[in-house]
Amino acid sequence: MKTVFEKPKSLSNVPLHYCPGCTHGIVHRLVAEAVDELGIEGKTIGVAPVGCAVLIYEYYNFDMAQAAHGRAPAVATGIKRADPNNIVFTYQGDGDLASIGMAETVHAAARGENITIIFINNTIYGMTGGQMAPTSLPGQVTQTSPYGRNPSLCGYPIKVCEMLATLDGPEYLERVSVHNVKFVRSAKKAIKKAFENQVNNKGFSLIEVLSTCTTNWGLAPTAALKWLEEKMLPYYPVGVYKDRSKVQ
Amino acid sequence: MSKVIIQTDLCKGCGLCIEACPKKIIGIAKHAINAKGHHPAVVLDEELCISCAFCATMCPDCVISVQK
Ligand SMILES: Cc1ncc(C[n+]2csc(CCOP(=O)(O)OP(=O)(O)O)c2C)c(N)n1
Ligand code: SF4
Ligand code: SF4
Repeated sequence: MKTVFEKPKSLSNVPLHYCPGCTHGIVHRLVAEAVDELGIEGKTIGVAPVGCAVLIYEYYNFDMAQAAHGRAPAVATGIKRADPNNIVFTYQGDGDLASIGMAETVHAAARGENITIIFINNTIYGMTGGQMAPTSLPGQVTQTSPYGRNPSLCGYPIKVCEMLATLDGPEYLERVSVHNVKFVRSAKKAIKKAFENQVNNKGFSLIEVLSTCTTNWGLAPTAALKWLEEKMLPYYPVGVYKDRSKVQ
Repeated sequence: MSKVIIQTDLCKGCGLCIEACPKKIIGIAKHAINAKGHHPAVVLDEELCISCAFCATMCPDCVISVQK
């Protein structure tokens, strides 16, 4: 018999602590698959966020560092510049990347820093119990918007890929989703390309992954995938927002 | 050897594999409970499995391996 699917080598044997059905786990695996396929396990260094993925350093067999809340792109910049042979990535949630860490995100992108960012947009602060995030949808009920997010009071959601695409710095920006097999496969391609760009010294790549938070959305795992598809996709269209390799 | 191997001790019973399976041959073992306190997923009719690995592609905990 031939193996058609097995756990990627870069993923450690530590069981994930995430809630049942939380798609953080799918994205962890896609990163490991990309690292394995590019043969860069020995020189990859990840930077962990603050958020539900705070323990991500337990889940890979390569090196990881831990940054203060939102500062992962700054820490990654230091690691990359200290030894540009390293392949350096950050893995960050929307509270981490688009709220407290917005400055670090925008400036790393503007500098065209040769790092890879995996950005999990689940429209909520997961770890702290489901507060409204900069990415929460208009009308979305969260712990801090019990009557639904009211844009006239709290402003509108931030579309990170669209916003960063206005900068000259980034090499590659794409938004993907992981709510079904087809989308997981294209997410995999995008994540791999974001690492490959760094290997080829092309500069800043960010992949925004639409992801679920079953617990804080108050939905069963399969219902959460459906909510993502029906509510998030229309507001956050998937696609390539910038790809310098495609521009003459 | 089985085509689909689910590490039931690490399964969280989320059901994403059940939803993804095009042949609808995975279910939850309602009368079993693992050490984590979850009812794990089980393959109900392996004869019908086409080794597409859709289940493993969607498993957030990466506890499924698939052979052909
Ligand atoms: C300086 C600082 N401020 C606030 C917090 C509290 N805090 C921990 S995680 C978090 C938000 C996490 O949300 P997100 O980045 O969306 O990740 P998720 O948990 O949803 O994966 C906050 C505000 C902190 N740990 N440190
Ligand atoms: S709280 Fe939400 S984001 Fe965090 S592990 Fe649970 S489902 Fe995932
Ligand atoms: S997707 Fe994975 S964790 Fe969820 S029920 Fe299936 S085998 Fe278990």
